[in-house]
Amino acid sequence: MTPGEGTSLTHPAEQLDEEMLIRRIQDGGHDLFYTLIQPYERRVYAAALAILRNEADAEDAAQEAVLKALKYIRQFRSESRFSTWLIQITVNEARMRIRKHNARMTEPIVDHQDEEGNYIPRDFADWRDIPSETLERKEVRLQLGKALASLGEKYREVFVLRDMQHLSIEETAKALGISSGSVKTRLLRARLMLRDLLAPGLGGGWGSKLSFEKGTKPW
Amino acid sequence: MVVNCEQVWREISNYLEGDIEPNLRIAVDEHIRGCQRCAAVLDGTRNVVQLYGDERMLEVPLGFSRRLENRLGENRQHSTRRGFLGWMVAAAAAVLVAGVVEVGRASISSRPDLRSQQANPGTGVPPEMVVVISTDGKLFHRRGCPFIHDRAHVQTLTAREAMHEGYTPCVRCMKEYLVKS
Repeated sequence: MTPGEGTSLTHPAEQLDEEMLIRRIQDGGHDLFYTLIQPYERRVYAAALAILRNEADAEDAAQEAVLKALKYIRQFRSESRFSTWLIQITVNEARMRIRKHNARMTEPIVDHQDEEGNYIPRDFADWRDIPSETLERKEVRLQLGKALASLGEKYREVFVLRDMQHLSIEETAKALGISSGSVKTRLLRARLMLRDLLAPGLGGGWGSKLSFEKGTKPW
Repeated sequence: MVVNCEQVWREISNYLEGDIEPNLRIAVDEHIRGCQRCAAVLDGTRNVVQLYGDERMLEVPLGFSRRLENRLGENRQHSTRRGFLGWMVAAAAAVLVAGVVEVGRASISSRPDLRSQQANPGTGVPPEMVVVISTDGKLFHRRGCPFIHDRAHVQTLTAREAMHEGYTPCVRCMKEYLVKS
């Protein structure tokens, strides 16, 4: 992949169809909306989950975001990609829920991780080959989810949009309302933190050094 | 150019994305060859990107799609009820016009020749459903169906149009319409 370039979910020919579909929905064909968002529903859910870390809340926020996208579909302009616009709405919806939740708590959640300073890796376990078949094992997927959930929100959201949903650096920045520079800084830190969390387990005796709380959600 | 460990860690993301000056890349490569710790950090970070980038990490809960589709349907019914009185008269007129047009169309498209004689033409497919075909294929699909062949030549049209052209429902994404008679 070239720098900053994301992989698009849609083929160029399908992209044209998507534009036609959007125009028909904007003209009142609301029954077509599920057809439009269906290819992106997993991404919408993943973006909500990255912020909310709770499956039920994420599903509710994902549904709400989709309904909002339908409500405001006439405001969508084809200069931006529909998927980015949809993810942007989802991020806003999930962040709004986090803010409401935090406002009800006596002590606000503060992310103490300093973004500006350099991140120093803590673990140097050798972790060379990792066969992708490992992902067939549910416990591996759960451990990856737990590691991701343990990152601060600003790192989680950048990592999920860029490395899991394959948005470009610029699209990630736009969806989150931050600069491309911040995306790069947070992405580097997120990747290094995840490596620190996972290398001892996946590189050596699996699971032996991972100490996530028992019974916590995978995210 | 010579770089130390901290400079290598700072550049790891850019290095993996290929977004790094050629001279700096050479210096990083040189450093990694002689530094086991940095080699471990680079390998591990690459593994992180590879593992999390896999489609299988984007799982949704069981029944998620159905619940989302239902919620959209409920929302549509709700808005329809709210605005019902306002457009009832106009809708009645539209139905009359559509009925006349439909009778005309049905007489033309009642028995299309199927592109595949063995295929099941399906029953109950909503005629206005938006579907996708590939021009050389035999089936029509929902958007995003992994069974769509030749994605370079896909077209979007309504199910009515697809059936009129002799396409039949995909056995994977439209299977609810393929109940055996």
